[in-house]
Amino acid sequence: MAEAPARTRDAGDAFGNGFGRVRRQIDPAIAWAFGCIALVLIVGSFYSKSFLSPEYLLQQLKVASFLGVIATGMMIVILLGQIDLSVPWVVAVGGMMATAATGWGTLGGIMAIPVGIGCGVALGLVNGVGVAFLRIPSMVVTLAVNAIAQGLMVVHTGGFSPQDASSPAMRFLATGDTLLGIPNALVVWGVVGVAAVFLLTRTTFGRTVYAIGNRERAAYLSGARTRMVVMSAFAISGGLSAFGGVLLAGYASKAAQAMGDPYLLPAIAAVVLGGTSILGGRGSYLGTVAGVILITLLQSILSVMQMEEFGRHVTYGVVIIAMLLIYGRGRKHSE
Amino acid sequence: MSGDWAYRLREHRGTLLAFGGFVAMFAIYATNHPAGLNANVATTAANKGVLLAIVAMAQTLVVLTSGIDLSVGMVMVLANCLASTIVVGSPLTTTLGVLGVLFVGALCGAINGLVVIYGRLQPIVTTIATGAIFYGAALALRRVPGGDVDASLADALTGQLAGAVPASLALLLGLVVVVWLPFRRSSIGRAAYAVGSSEVAAYMSGVPIRRAKFLAYLLSGLLASVAGLFLTCITYSGEASAANGNTYTLYSIAAVVLGGVSLFGGSGSAIGAIFGALMFRTIGDLLFVFNVEPLWQPLFQGIVLFAAVCLGSARLLRVRNRLDLYG
Repeated sequence: MAEAPARTRDAGDAFGNGFGRVRRQIDPAIAWAFGCIALVLIVGSFYSKSFLSPEYLLQQLKVASFLGVIATGMMIVILLGQIDLSVPWVVAVGGMMATAATGWGTLGGIMAIPVGIGCGVALGLVNGVGVAFLRIPSMVVTLAVNAIAQGLMVVHTGGFSPQDASSPAMRFLATGDTLLGIPNALVVWGVVGVAAVFLLTRTTFGRTVYAIGNRERAAYLSGARTRMVVMSAFAISGGLSAFGGVLLAGYASKAAQAMGDPYLLPAIAAVVLGGTSILGGRGSYLGTVAGVILITLLQSILSVMQMEEFGRHVTYGVVIIAMLLIYGRGRKHSE
Repeated sequence: MSGDWAYRLREHRGTLLAFGGFVAMFAIYATNHPAGLNANVATTAANKGVLLAIVAMAQTLVVLTSGIDLSVGMVMVLANCLASTIVVGSPLTTTLGVLGVLFVGALCGAINGLVVIYGRLQPIVTTIATGAIFYGAALALRRVPGGDVDASLADALTGQLAGAVPASLALLLGLVVVVWLPFRRSSIGRAAYAVGSSEVAAYMSGVPIRRAKFLAYLLSGLLASVAGLFLTCITYSGEASAANGNTYTLYSIAAVVLGGVSLFGGSGSAIGAIFGALMFRTIGDLLFVFNVEPLWQPLFQGIVLFAAVCLGSARLLRVRNRLDLYG
């Protein structure tokens, strides 16, 4: 798979036409993901006429925004060849600390969102220090940080009984609409997405992320500041997870302990379905966008079909495996 | 001969450390327990510990091949729900029920193995997805918690042998003797270690990597279903609890790391993981013995886990030069 783009690039340059350029820029995985989105929409329209209406689609995009923000951080970490399993409780920390700050009065209300995100960044930094400097496998250190975040929140809610209602600003970001009728949450995801694309494709940081994902030793020997980059990537992931929690708390107008639980696996699935290699070093943000929309629509259609909960879980798992079998397979030894 | 000893010591260092850690913690636990160490205290502690130890064994088999099984907790939950449905009635139906549960567990493991080997998908993503499927199946069996299990079987597994020894420890020993030791000593078990060390090198050497991986996943599912069966015997009911499944999956990874099994594959042993699991459980019990306020228990458990994995897997102390860090 890795050699394919190089070959099409030669062809495109040789013929000097724009077609080869376009073709080499579209990852087959992303094409498949968008194809699956279309398929889900078509199947959905058989069940409900409103499935293709603009209102419904905008509503879906709004719901997708929360997963989108969280998956953005997950994607950066996965591009490094690592994984962030601390998402569930970092999301909860973001939401709960933001609502707690809201209870501190006027200043707290203003600072609610930064406080939530700041707590997430702090936890992400712990992850990052563990992975980058202590060289602990990311799967383990993020699990431990997840457990610590859970412990902190249990003490926080049980010992201090903080406010759990979200601030007006949080509700505005998560549920409000702009003048054009576009949900604010979608705008937020757009801003986060554009920032992520800029960071990944136009900065040294982004280049280093891809380099580390391909071969960390080579990146280090090339003089890249690999440890700072890895640590920052985890801090960004923590901050975005917490930001997702802030938005979710705004959407539900309150924060709850288990609010982050349903976001870990969909975030990983969305990134991987979007063609990002779980081994790191390869993937584009457009794919993650496709993956997020695909996962959200899939969850939506399964509930529109009024399938029982067990059926939803089974279908969800089968669809993810089936789609990955179509386009996400690894290479054979002989290749 | 002396070189041989040094090698063996190095090879089993993780297992020995886990064993030492467990013995130290259990000694503190036993001496500080308000009721002292009697057979009932030991049995309760053993039942909880053995449950996690079996799941940790299941996780170890896959981790040795440098994979990871994030569905192991869900297989346990599925087996729990199934056992609470079919392990009842006459001795014959109970026996058939047990066999059925083990078969389903092995089937789950086989599905994981086939998708990873022939589908060439990454284990982490595969088992996330299959975990959702297994959980769905568990939910289909038990929409609400309930069910029953054969009482004599449950008492036999969770009670005491000869009035003093927890029966669950005998079960654990049996699993080690019947499943782990034959696997470890067979050529296919060697192959699993080889795959974990370097899959490419193993492939080039003509090691049967597919069979080795498949067997590891199959046995992992089988062991997870034994854990589910044992859980049913403890609780006398089945519950399709996603939280339970996820918790056990995560704890099994923690136990594996504490037990000195490398998450990169190819080194460690299920014995180490067993002591890692027992140690992890004892940490939780210690908090109870020392009367830590229940509110603070999750936080302390998290901090202890964090400290343990930092110590257990920080490779900083062992590197010879900085480049080794980026291997």
